Amino acid sequence: MITTPVFAVPDLWPALPEILLALGALAMLVIGAVKREKATSLIDMIGICLLAGAFLLVLGQGTAKVVTFEGAFVIDGFSRFMKLLTLAGSIFALLLSMDYLESRGIRKFEYSILVVLSTLGMLMMISANDLIGLYLGLELQSLALYVVASIHRDDAKSAEAGLKYFVLGALSSGMLLYGASLIYGFTGNVNFDTIAQVLQGQAAVGAVFGLVFVAAGLAFKVSAVPFHMWTPDVYEGSPTPVTAFFAGAPKMAAIALFVRVMMEAFPGITHQWQQIVAFLAIASMVLGAFAAIGQQNLKRLMAYSSIGNMGYALTSLASGSEAGVQGVAVFMATYLMMTAGVFACVLALRTEKGHAETISDLAGLSKSRPGMAFILAMLMFSLIGIPPLAGFFGKFYAFAAAIQAKLYILAVIGIVASVVSAFYYLRIVKVMYMDEPTVTFRDGAPEVRAVLAVTFGFVFLFAIFAGPLVDAAAAAAKSLF
Amino acid sequence: MLGFGILTGLLVLPLVGSLFIAFGLKDDEAGVRNTRWVALWTTLAVFVLSLFAWGQFDIAKPGFQLVERREWLGPIVYQLGVDGVSMPFVLLTAFLMPFCILASWESITKRVREYMIAFLVLETMMLGVFVALDTVLFYVFFEAGLIPMFLIIGIWGGARRIYASFKLFLYTLLGSVLMLLAIMFMYWDAGTTDIIKLLAHKFDPAFQKWLWLAFFASFAVKMPMWPVHTWLPDAHVEAPTAGSVILAAILLKMGGYGFIRFSLPMFPDASLYFANFVFALSVIAIVYTSLVAMMQDDIKKLIAYSSVAHMGFVTMGIFAGNTQGVQGAVFQMVSHGLVSGALFLCVGVVYDRMHTREISAYGGLVNRMPWYALVFMVFTMANVGLPGTSGFVGEFLTLLGAFKANTWVAFFATTGVILSACYALWLFARVIFGEVRKPVFETIPDLDRREMAMLAPLALLVIYYGVQPGPILDASAASIDQIVKTYQAAIAAAQKTALLAQ
Repeated sequence: MITTPVFAVPDLWPALPEILLALGALAMLVIGAVKREKATSLIDMIGICLLAGAFLLVLGQGTAKVVTFEGAFVIDGFSRFMKLLTLAGSIFALLLSMDYLESRGIRKFEYSILVVLSTLGMLMMISANDLIGLYLGLELQSLALYVVASIHRDDAKSAEAGLKYFVLGALSSGMLLYGASLIYGFTGNVNFDTIAQVLQGQAAVGAVFGLVFVAAGLAFKVSAVPFHMWTPDVYEGSPTPVTAFFAGAPKMAAIALFVRVMMEAFPGITHQWQQIVAFLAIASMVLGAFAAIGQQNLKRLMAYSSIGNMGYALTSLASGSEAGVQGVAVFMATYLMMTAGVFACVLALRTEKGHAETISDLAGLSKSRPGMAFILAMLMFSLIGIPPLAGFFGKFYAFAAAIQAKLYILAVIGIVASVVSAFYYLRIVKVMYMDEPTVTFRDGAPEVRAVLAVTFGFVFLFAIFAGPLVDAAAAAAKSLF
Repeated sequence: MLGFGILTGLLVLPLVGSLFIAFGLKDDEAGVRNTRWVALWTTLAVFVLSLFAWGQFDIAKPGFQLVERREWLGPIVYQLGVDGVSMPFVLLTAFLMPFCILASWESITKRVREYMIAFLVLETMMLGVFVALDTVLFYVFFEAGLIPMFLIIGIWGGARRIYASFKLFLYTLLGSVLMLLAIMFMYWDAGTTDIIKLLAHKFDPAFQKWLWLAFFASFAVKMPMWPVHTWLPDAHVEAPTAGSVILAAILLKMGGYGFIRFSLPMFPDASLYFANFVFALSVIAIVYTSLVAMMQDDIKKLIAYSSVAHMGFVTMGIFAGNTQGVQGAVFQMVSHGLVSGALFLCVGVVYDRMHTREISAYGGLVNRMPWYALVFMVFTMANVGLPGTSGFVGEFLTLLGAFKANTWVAFFATTGVILSACYALWLFARVIFGEVRKPVFETIPDLDRREMAMLAPLALLVIYYGVQPGPILDASAASIDQIVKTYQAAIAAAQKTALLAQ
């Protein structure tokens, strides 16, 4: 039913932030190619400004639903909410990177270009409204991320992280593509809305097969168990700010995509995918809780923590309801701020040798740097989900959605897993407050401290201004129903 | 003031004090001295304000008073208020806090600022639990108190403090997250988290049992009831004196308060269904932990176990479900708050001097510390439940209530009164009387003025409430009548259906 002529220019305004990032990234590349490493600071600045500009554009776009590019690209309240989170995550990551990469002598101009490009991919993922758009966005962000993971190319671990991420990522993309082709074959269309119409009520077995493969591919991107194996190694091997980036923005985009595929393409067969998502959620929460207990390396610990946290987000998604989408949105917002805060803390703790890496580096922090210790302790309590910190409200909305959908067993397992996870978060508090200091730290870089201030303010004072954010998340959820 | 009422003032005042300590005072000698005074004045101001609230409180009204309501998160509202059940606990909390600050005056020497900040924040959270009239808000305060408590035990505690603080945190958290799920369920079922509306909502009896169990998981750990009491002795032994006082006097009461506020009126059918179960656990707690208490060699541990036993009377009284039982439970909680708080203060007094809590290390204190022996005796007698002390009134009323509900329960529980006399008097005899065993005790000084100021008011109150229990009983009477009425109505309805079924 193509009524527009082939040469007609599609409506470009909805994609303005993406176009800005794409053109900007090309401009950055030209500057970098001409001026080489001298322009690194300039390019970093441009990168941050571009992301901030895209942030403002998305903010100005409003919440009305607009579809363009022949139905391949959609913006609505939900995409706006998640895009803002993603862009915030990318801005944090760039701010956190500069000082660290400089100190390691691996600050290259390509870094921020790659971050901007992968962010572009994430925005496209969030706005994808058909299987082609989904894959385009996914691959753009993934390919950029593979390179970023091995940005410290002389370091064996970093190179290993990049390679591992690439090989496993390619495998998951293959599964996703296979699933997409099955869905296309059995429904005759790639557009989410049309797929939903075809799959109303009774679903062909082939389409359900396709759904399973697509879910597996998406589960890989959100690092849900059993597709999580790459996460600890990649998180540990990558330079710390890159890990901070991985733990933030890409997760926002991947979860948003997961939500959109499930809610927009398969709303009629909720009971078919609810089981899968519930299983992913349970497995992630339980593994995230138990596997982190033995970790000594902070990045590995955060890897398992993020696996567990994705489990909570999936718990909310499993409800398949409007409250579930709202829960995902609130949860992801709090998760982003908490992880960015934790990594900002770690990156602000500079020693003579480098940055804090293991838990024992934090020993006695409350004596050497009481303010820092307090902030990190509050972030840990927030990750446990202790009120009145932000993490509590994230989990509250996520689990409330599961309860509404009568997924009681899922909710009970999840909440018990969160108590288990309390143990390793508390261990960090214990090390900081109840052990003797071993290392002295210098002040963190100003931009890192700025990120820390913003994220900590968000987490600590969340209860006071939670109202507008929760309302915004509710409005975002409404746009999918 | 800005549309907020007196109860918000109670919650904000300690936070203001802690902010002032955090940002207004330095970490030098003068700063530390000022920190103590600021903390003391803040808690005293809170107490005065709570008296002011008490002045505005009308004991004849059964419903909630001084209610404040603000929009917060959609259906979740910021709503505060007090009734006859919560008012005594608000006063008790505000009253005991200055004593805790005084108890920490000299014994806490490291990180004084953080310590006082933690205590003031804890005060806000405890008061919040008793005045919150929204289930989510209640949960926020209920759980947030864990953070300062974890730090207080973990940083300023004894040798095994880390083990104790982790145990406290994880035990309590596990219990309360289940309650959180129940709160969510109630929200979807009733469409509100407003406690006033939830009290009027009738939950389906089939769901009530699950909700009741979820709340029970939380409150039973907090009380603590046998067999989930094991965190308490550890936490008490390792906590600094003031931490023990707060733990015994206030934190344990949150469980009992929760039973009266939520379990009994909101899930009456389930409460009836589980009443025998609670009776059994209560009786086991009373008898078993009394026996365990007898065999302890650590003074604090002994008092901790005796707390578990006394809380057994509370749960027994609450689920007897009649006026005497519930009133007795409230009275017992207030009384136990005063008595056990004072006992821990007494232990702190000798611990500060001798740095040991081993019972066998002491003896013959009466020779050197006659005043100490006197106040310790008053509190020991109150702990035993001697008529004329506040301990008697609570135990007697709960036993009376239990007797009406189930004679056998009352019979076995009464043996607990005898056992409590055994361990308490034996403790007193070993510590106060006998021969002076160690030469260091020859020079041990008696109570100084600060310690006198701490213990004398408590001793007078314990005796006053023993002779004149009216003030507390009258304050809570109207509210408890209403709660008991709904519960009895549920019992009557259940019996009717049972008769019809025959």
